[in-house]
Amino acid sequence: MSEKKARKETVSRQAMPEQAPEIRRRNFAEVPTGYTAETAVIEAGRCLQCKKPSCVEGCPVNVDIPGFIARIAEGDFKGAIRNLWTRNSLPAVCGRVCPQEIQCEGQCVLNKKGAPVAIGNLERFAADWARENNTGELPPRKASTGKKIAVVGSGPSGLTVAGDLIVKGHEVTVMEAFHKPGGVLVYGIPEFRLPKAIVAHEVDFLERLGVHVACNMVVGRTVTVDELFQEGYDAVYVGVGAGLPRFMNIPGENLIGILSANEYLTRANLMKAYKFPEVDTPIPMGKNVVVLGAGNVAMDAARTAMRLGADSVKIVYRRSRDEMPARTAEIHHAEEEGIEFFLLTNPVQYLGNDQGRLTGMECLKMELGEPDDSGRRRPVPISGSNFEMACDLVIVAVGSGANPLLTQSTEDMTLNRWGYIAADPETGKTTKRGVWAGGDIVTGAATVILAMGAGRKAADSIHEYLTWGW
Amino acid sequence: MFEIVKREEMAGGTVILNEIAAPLIARKAKPGQFVIIKANEEGERIPLTMADTDPDKGTITIIYMVVGKSTALFKTLNVGDGYQDVIGPLGKATHLEKQGTVVCVGGGTGIAVLHPITRALKEIGNRVIGIIGARNRDLLILEDKMRSASNELHVCTDDGSYGRPGFVTEALKEILEKEDVRQVVAIGPVPMMKFVSGITAEYNVPTLVSLNPIMVDGTGMCGGCRVTVGGETRFACVDGPEFDGHKVDYDELMKRLQAYSEDERRCYNDFCRMEQ
Ligand SMILES: Cc1cc2nc3c(=O)[nH]c(=O)nc-3n(C[C@H](O)[C@H](O)[C@H](O)COP(=O)(O)OP(=O)(O)OC[C@H]3O[C@@H](n4cnc5c(N)ncnc54)[C@H](O)[C@@H]3O)c2cc1C
Ligand SMILES: Cc1cc2nc3c(=O)[nH]c(=O)nc-3n(C[C@H](O)[C@H](O)[C@H](O)COP(=O)(O)OP(=O)(O)OC[C@H]3O[C@@H](n4cnc5c(N)ncnc54)[C@H](O)[C@@H]3O)c2cc1C
Ligand code: SF4
Ligand code: SF4
Ligand code: FES
Repeated sequence: MSEKKARKETVSRQAMPEQAPEIRRRNFAEVPTGYTAETAVIEAGRCLQCKKPSCVEGCPVNVDIPGFIARIAEGDFKGAIRNLWTRNSLPAVCGRVCPQEIQCEGQCVLNKKGAPVAIGNLERFAADWARENNTGELPPRKASTGKKIAVVGSGPSGLTVAGDLIVKGHEVTVMEAFHKPGGVLVYGIPEFRLPKAIVAHEVDFLERLGVHVACNMVVGRTVTVDELFQEGYDAVYVGVGAGLPRFMNIPGENLIGILSANEYLTRANLMKAYKFPEVDTPIPMGKNVVVLGAGNVAMDAARTAMRLGADSVKIVYRRSRDEMPARTAEIHHAEEEGIEFFLLTNPVQYLGNDQGRLTGMECLKMELGEPDDSGRRRPVPISGSNFEMACDLVIVAVGSGANPLLTQSTEDMTLNRWGYIAADPETGKTTKRGVWAGGDIVTGAATVILAMGAGRKAADSIHEYLTWGW
Repeated sequence: MFEIVKREEMAGGTVILNEIAAPLIARKAKPGQFVIIKANEEGERIPLTMADTDPDKGTITIIYMVVGKSTALFKTLNVGDGYQDVIGPLGKATHLEKQGTVVCVGGGTGIAVLHPITRALKEIGNRVIGIIGARNRDLLILEDKMRSASNELHVCTDDGSYGRPGFVTEALKEILEKEDVRQVVAIGPVPMMKFVSGITAEYNVPTLVSLNPIMVDGTGMCGGCRVTVGGETRFACVDGPEFDGHKVDYDELMKRLQAYSEDERRCYNDFCRMEQ
């Protein structure tokens, strides 16, 4: 015991090996390459196995963190993944993309003395180990209940609902508007941060469990929610995400060379346009690229542009560094790859040539004033500080809204004033009988794990409804 | 896979018709709506309007002009082959109303898009005057179908090789001079829709056009299809594709359609070389 304690104090947080910035900035391979079994065991040994683990409170789905980490420390990787799966059906994804620094790791007691346990890295390790040593193992499935559920949207929230309900013995069909399932995990988050093979593996796992995945189904167009009930579905879960791009609404926005982050990333990720002309979908190859915004989406767009061969990529953001919403790790990665940051800067108009192509942007310098509604200091323009910034590609990543395609075609479903679906935070029930909703279409753009958490609650509530009634 | 059950070549092989098995879409589609089609794993998502649907048979018909890599690839597909993905019906259906005399003007492959709308306008009791045009006789499509869909049909060719010589706009002007036209529907190349709208504005006749910007998802998610209508940005895939012709910024649309022209040409040339 004393020996173990002594080691804990000397072993520092194990770094995850990464591709060097000069190399990775021009390729699409994953940046961090993962722990070896050896490093994972060492890192797992750092966990103090707290009796009242504060890390678990930081995790939106309450993963049994000390539990799975103890298994890794013992070398029982199969035990670790089984433990993880009881709370989190997409650990390979969450281990990679959760904002751990403000969730589980942010609450780890080791923060007080030094670096927290690398919970995300360990979660990723266990999931990758299970995938690579594919045992083909499937969780047991309850006897068929004869109930049919339609899950609309195949993002993390829809996939969670599908996984939870299929093992409870229900029949589940996931309907996806795009030609590939996975939601933002496939069309938004780039390959170098989340390899698409991982998402495909998770979907394949659900299909082996018996989930039917129907792509090319635009619910609201191909079929409506009301028609789903007529066709014999007993319950519908709506997890369609926040797929409506927001633009700046400034002059010149429709010049060629100004794309929403949704369009840019969809072309790059889902359509694999980075392989053009090997694939048929083109993507604008900007030389001087500007990305507007400073969230995760902006970092992903900027780093994608760099990988597509840009000479310079600038993040333009109207507030200061402290207010940048992206994860610290992503900002750090972006900086290492040579992305420049133009903070306290806001575009006022786009400039173009006679062919309608973007040539530049007129910007204003900003300074921080009094705090606004969000509690952050409001950026105020400095008059007369206008300057021009040359660019041939602008990617607008200033947030997204609620896509009205499904909601407009569905009666009796109450929306809030921004167009998101009103759903009970505990159960996911909407105001329409038999319909649940969760994920970004309820909360607005949030995180993978929150979307999954909402899916889990809704799945429990749907199961209860199918067993006992509304 | 969405199987091709019928295939025809038109206009000397420059325009192709495919009837495709897509029962879910056929059941719901209305005139004016479109689908997005992707041939294979590497394929691009291509928007095409449905020229016809048969809900009983579970098929939809598309008619497309071969203009680039993707449409050239589509052309190589035969009956029994299929498309990996067909998504729809997308966009708003045409707002159809009994108004009296309406004129339907179509140019090029726009005639294929116009035909189901023309037929529907006549079915609900309008007197429909059709005007269709092409550069020359060989490129003219769907004359018979348009003739039976309208009460009266005028055919124009730019080079005078068939029908009335000149542009559709000239025929339209004559009709507007002598008839009490309540509405014009114009579908074809962007310059044609622009000129038609210019003329009907002079005569104060409401005009509907169908816009074809470059699209990706077709569900309002990417904003790639933005067009300016009445000074406002609209997404053609969900707010359209049909808009008030008098309010559309056609010059912007024409420019935006060129966004990828260099890349597309390169891709097309590579494909043609491989096919040889
Ligand atoms: C570029 C980017 C980077 C991000 N990075 C991170 C990160 O690092 N960490 C993190 O935690 N979160 C991140 N997020 C946020 C996270 O991805 C989302 O919060 C999460 O994916 C939301 O899940 P969801 O299931 O609600 O919806 P989505 O993932 O958006 O999935 C919704 C699905 O529904 C489909 N759909 C929409 N309408 C219909 C319809 N009418 N019929 C059928 N299907 C429909 C869509 O095509 C989509 O596939 C990022 C988001 C983006 C865009
Ligand atoms: C809602 C909608 C409905 C459409 N319906 C039809 C239809 O019924 N029949 C039909 O033949 N075409 C239709 N189109 C146009 C069709 O989508 C394009 O012709 C097709 O995308 C070209 O693909 P490609 O790869 O073969 O050519 P590309 O290589 O992409 O393009 C070749 C040339 O065509 C131009 N072009 C590219 N995209 C478009 C576009 N969307 N519209 C017009 N020109 C374009 C380019 O500038 C380029 O010069 C429709 C478009 C939309 C948006
Ligand atoms: S799911 Fe996310 S927040 Fe929860 S333990 Fe795993 S990485 Fe941390
Ligand atoms: S708080 Fe940190 S040390 Fe304690 S159990 Fe959680 S991960 Fe381990
Ligand atoms: S095609 Fe993407 S929003 Fe219209």
